[in-house]
Amino acid sequence: MVQKLTTLTETASQTAGPYVHIGCIPTFAGVGGVYPEDLGLSPIREGAKGEIITITGSVYDGTGWAMRDAMMESWQPDAAGLFAGQDGADPNVSGFCRFAADGVSGEFTLRTVKPGPVATRSGGFQAPHISVWIVARGINTGLHTRIYFDDEDNKGDPVLARIEQRPRVQTLMATKTGAGAYRFDIRLRGERETVFLDM
Amino acid sequence: MAKSYETAPLVPRNRAAHPVPYDPEYKTSMTRAPSLPLLSLESTASEETGPRFGHSLIGDNDNNLIVNFTGELAVGERILVHGRVLDEMGRAVPNTLVEIWQANAGGRYRHVKDTYFAPLDPNFGGCGRTITDENGGYQFMTIRPGAYPWPNRGNEWRPMHIHFSVFGHAFGQRLISQMYFEGDPLIDRCPIAATVKDRSQLEALVAPLDMAMARPMDFLAYKFDIVLRGRRQTVFENRPEGM
Repeated sequence: MVQKLTTLTETASQTAGPYVHIGCIPTFAGVGGVYPEDLGLSPIREGAKGEIITITGSVYDGTGWAMRDAMMESWQPDAAGLFAGQDGADPNVSGFCRFAADGVSGEFTLRTVKPGPVATRSGGFQAPHISVWIVARGINTGLHTRIYFDDEDNKGDPVLARIEQRPRVQTLMATKTGAGAYRFDIRLRGERETVFLDM
Repeated sequence: MAKSYETAPLVPRNRAAHPVPYDPEYKTSMTRAPSLPLLSLESTASEETGPRFGHSLIGDNDNNLIVNFTGELAVGERILVHGRVLDEMGRAVPNTLVEIWQANAGGRYRHVKDTYFAPLDPNFGGCGRTITDENGGYQFMTIRPGAYPWPNRGNEWRPMHIHFSVFGHAFGQRLISQMYFEGDPLIDRCPIAATVKDRSQLEALVAPLDMAMARPMDFLAYKFDIVLRGRRQTVFENRPEGM
């Protein structure tokens, strides 16, 4: 009837569960000594070029509760918009960080360098942003979103431009709260629900 | 050639191959699943690049959960878990980090939130990691995790499972899943497994017993292959609208 395709189907995701910390950040989870240190403790090393910033926030569930068990990963370029491994990228920026909500307060902190704009294939630019991936019990497939900055020029960004309901753009904006300090809250469901990406 | 493949756009994720985000049978998903549609767009450099980890990251016993916590042997049925990491184009994914975590032989996690009666094994931590070889292959030595009860509906038990975390070479390929064991009757009673509505996709999470890789008088073996998102390989790329 028809030739068979040789492509495979991606393995189905499953929730990371309540004990994801054991696998990904075991020292944080109290399983010390297996690895010298947890992976992705910081996305930068001493000497990273650019503005060092701290982003604080919480991940809220659909009832407005700040989740205590969320784990996140971030991926970003250096201050010049280059990702680790690309020619000329800052050797002190790995760009990758793992961080978790605090088990008592539910708050997370990401200390990093402010990323630069990233060139697109067509010669334009994406506004400075940090990609974030969120996993937890009850999240069946990890959720991707982005942290943009409310003190940057975001007008030309091709992803933000595709958000039809303009007030929702605000859900992707880190709000400046002081020198080098930003607030970024993630709302999984309901009022002011964060825009999640399928890219 | 290899370089251009590494920077090519990712194949859009087929959401029908994945769990439904919201499933009343898995109660926690009801407050943690987005209610609005995801914003679907062509991948960009932010999704097409990703962290790389070298073999130097990995310690000698990192992929041996039987000994990697204290150096003494953990209790339980000794098993080898092995397989390959591929992408949707069928290409091997070499040099990528694979992490696993699991309960001990009694079904208990080494975690402050796990209060099940089954005792902790003083010699079992429950995590391991490795980096795939040039063929995308990986191996772990571990013990078979026990099934355990959890609060959801009235009498809920997780089937025996090992959690897997895989990076690929792009942040957009990031995947966490769970491996189940052939023949476990709890799989078909599990609301978490049942969030995967495509039966063949659920079956692909069940590792078969692999006697060819089992070592007589030592360990059984299970095979678990993992497929990550692929990359488009056409030479005819148009400018996506607005990008």
